[in-house]
Amino acid sequence: MSATKKKRQKLLRAIVGWLVALIMFFPVFWMALAAFKTEQDAAALPPLLFFHPTLENFAEMSERVGYLRHAWNSISVSFISTIFALLLAAPAAYVMAFHGTNRTRAVMLWMLSIRFMPAVGVLIPIYLILVSVRLLDTTFALTVIIGLSNLPLVVWMLYSYFKEVPSEILEAARMDGARPLTQLRYLLVPLTAPGIASTALLSIILAWNESFWAINITATDAGTLALAIASFANSEGLFWAKLSAASLASVAPILIFGWIMQRQLVRGLTFGAVK
Amino acid sequence: MRFWKFMATTAVGVVVGLGAAQAETTLTIATVNNPDMVVMQKYSAEYEAEKGVKLNWLVLDENTLRQRVTTDIATNGGQFDIITIGAYETPIWGKAGWLVPFDDLPADYDAEDMLPTVRDALSYEGKLYSVPFYAESAMTFYRKDLFEKAGLTMPDQPTWQQIADFAAKLDDKDNDIHGICVRGLPGWGENLALVGLMANVFGGVQFDMDWHSAVNSDNWKEAVQFYVDLANNYGPPGVVGNGFNENLALMSEGKCAMWNDATVAAGFLFDPKRSKVADKLGLAQMPIEKWNKGGAWLWAWALGVPSSSQQVDEAKAFIEWATSKGYIDMIGEKEGWVTIPPGTRKSTYENQNYLDAAPFAKPTLAAIENASLVDNTMEPKPYAGINFPLIPEMQAINNYLGQQVAAALTGKMSVSDALDDAAANADRVLQKAGYYK
Repeated sequence: MSATKKKRQKLLRAIVGWLVALIMFFPVFWMALAAFKTEQDAAALPPLLFFHPTLENFAEMSERVGYLRHAWNSISVSFISTIFALLLAAPAAYVMAFHGTNRTRAVMLWMLSIRFMPAVGVLIPIYLILVSVRLLDTTFALTVIIGLSNLPLVVWMLYSYFKEVPSEILEAARMDGARPLTQLRYLLVPLTAPGIASTALLSIILAWNESFWAINITATDAGTLALAIASFANSEGLFWAKLSAASLASVAPILIFGWIMQRQLVRGLTFGAVK
Repeated sequence: MRFWKFMATTAVGVVVGLGAAQAETTLTIATVNNPDMVVMQKYSAEYEAEKGVKLNWLVLDENTLRQRVTTDIATNGGQFDIITIGAYETPIWGKAGWLVPFDDLPADYDAEDMLPTVRDALSYEGKLYSVPFYAESAMTFYRKDLFEKAGLTMPDQPTWQQIADFAAKLDDKDNDIHGICVRGLPGWGENLALVGLMANVFGGVQFDMDWHSAVNSDNWKEAVQFYVDLANNYGPPGVVGNGFNENLALMSEGKCAMWNDATVAAGFLFDPKRSKVADKLGLAQMPIEKWNKGGAWLWAWALGVPSSSQQVDEAKAFIEWATSKGYIDMIGEKEGWVTIPPGTRKSTYENQNYLDAAPFAKPTLAAIENASLVDNTMEPKPYAGINFPLIPEMQAINNYLGQQVAAALTGKMSVSDALDDAAANADRVLQKAGYYK
């Protein structure tokens, strides 16, 4: 009796799991399909599942926007901004995790609260600053801004991973004369490597998908793939197929990267939970 | 350490890069990606080779571009040398001193050749602030084959009542043909573009002479009720999600008996490669009703030079090239006459090649020539503009109004409540802006 019940529960779980996965995957699948349609097929009602695939959207995309240049900007901005954020966040998280005061909590919450602010609220001030220091449309400015805007999240994640490390280990190291930077480098970082890796991965993905700053402070030199996608929407004529092709080409690198790293990501996100 | 070294190198690289870029003339152009602009981008390589300048393109969709360019111009950012702007922004930005006036166009440019209504739309106090690249108005597209089958004749100048009667007779939901396709998507450039025209010919004005909203007047309510009934009775399902692009797709798939929209749609609909109804289309003017003016809009996409540009002369030279007679002829010969940028020059409509290739040329010209920005409503009004007032507060007011019209369309609100609400909102916005206390 209980065996069949268990079986039934297992089946139900599998069905629900598949259903959720399919619902989440469907938009991506539909986008990938539309990327290989002609504009007329992409706009057809009822929607077409079977059609003659074409590569013309990709050809037009590479002709009209420099894909490689935008992709390179995306790669460099997302990786360097992540390194930048990690370098700033690691010492901060270390201090707050092991030398906390009674204000630590308030500081942490304040950092997080900054992320609640809509980016558009600071667009004009930041734009004015960039105009006066002549850094508009540079990957440098974009990297710094994205790195700083991901900083609170990175600090929070590192803080929670560092907290998992027993402070006795660090104490022992201090007894042996290890200074804070040495502790960080030889103890904390190796001990929490999976956590740091998943933090970095999340920060890279966030930076890769960032579109607000990319659209608003870059133009022809420092534009990332987000800016390239934005150039395919159109108010006079059909654009779904071209937009899908551009989106597919933009998410493909990060999708592949995420797929390769998924073991790290899952391990990092559940890190400590089994201790 | 390495990181900081990298950052320092990047910073130095950027500074050096800026220096190098200034050595040769580089013009940065911000534009929408409408088909005519894509063609311009393609042929500008010839200009680059000929004049030895380098053109950098930033292509964005209309709303993103508007936001991006506004930020840059308002902060004096100087990112762009040439911007694509419309008939809405030009007079407002010209007045604000954000644009360089075109008061020294060379004689061989033949500025007198520009269509007067388009030229006026891009001027403020008699000074031209942007040069038209292409212009459009609105017209009625209909299916000649369906009209013939039903024994109906479309007059050259229909009324909305006639359109509704035709729609009732041609609506054939069993065969997936809708009596009429209309814009339902909320927004000042979407549903309100059409509703604003309908309000004009039903005798309405958007603001009275004291700048109080008049969208809750009887004439406006009648017009919006007519629009809601027309769309709900004879329009396709889910009409509230349909903007210009969706209707273009429906019409070219052969699912609409009629459609009242932008003249630029003709270029697609008459192209057999992109449209299934290319040989079945008829054209008429936009409908009128109680009043015979203000039934069709005037819109122009134009090129302007922000006053923050450091290279005004070079930017102007490119704009003069891209809007010249010579450019139009070149596109006609290389890309086909049907695809030339329309609606800007009288000479375009005297060119036999174009008239032969484009059956929609003459009706388009008539619609553009009749679309005046000032004399178009039954009652006097304090603003210039046809289907929307040319004031800086327009987007805020009309986007809200568009939402309310959409709410009436889907039956969430009555037409009367929706318009009362929108009128109160408009009064609040103008009061805050200091039009009155």
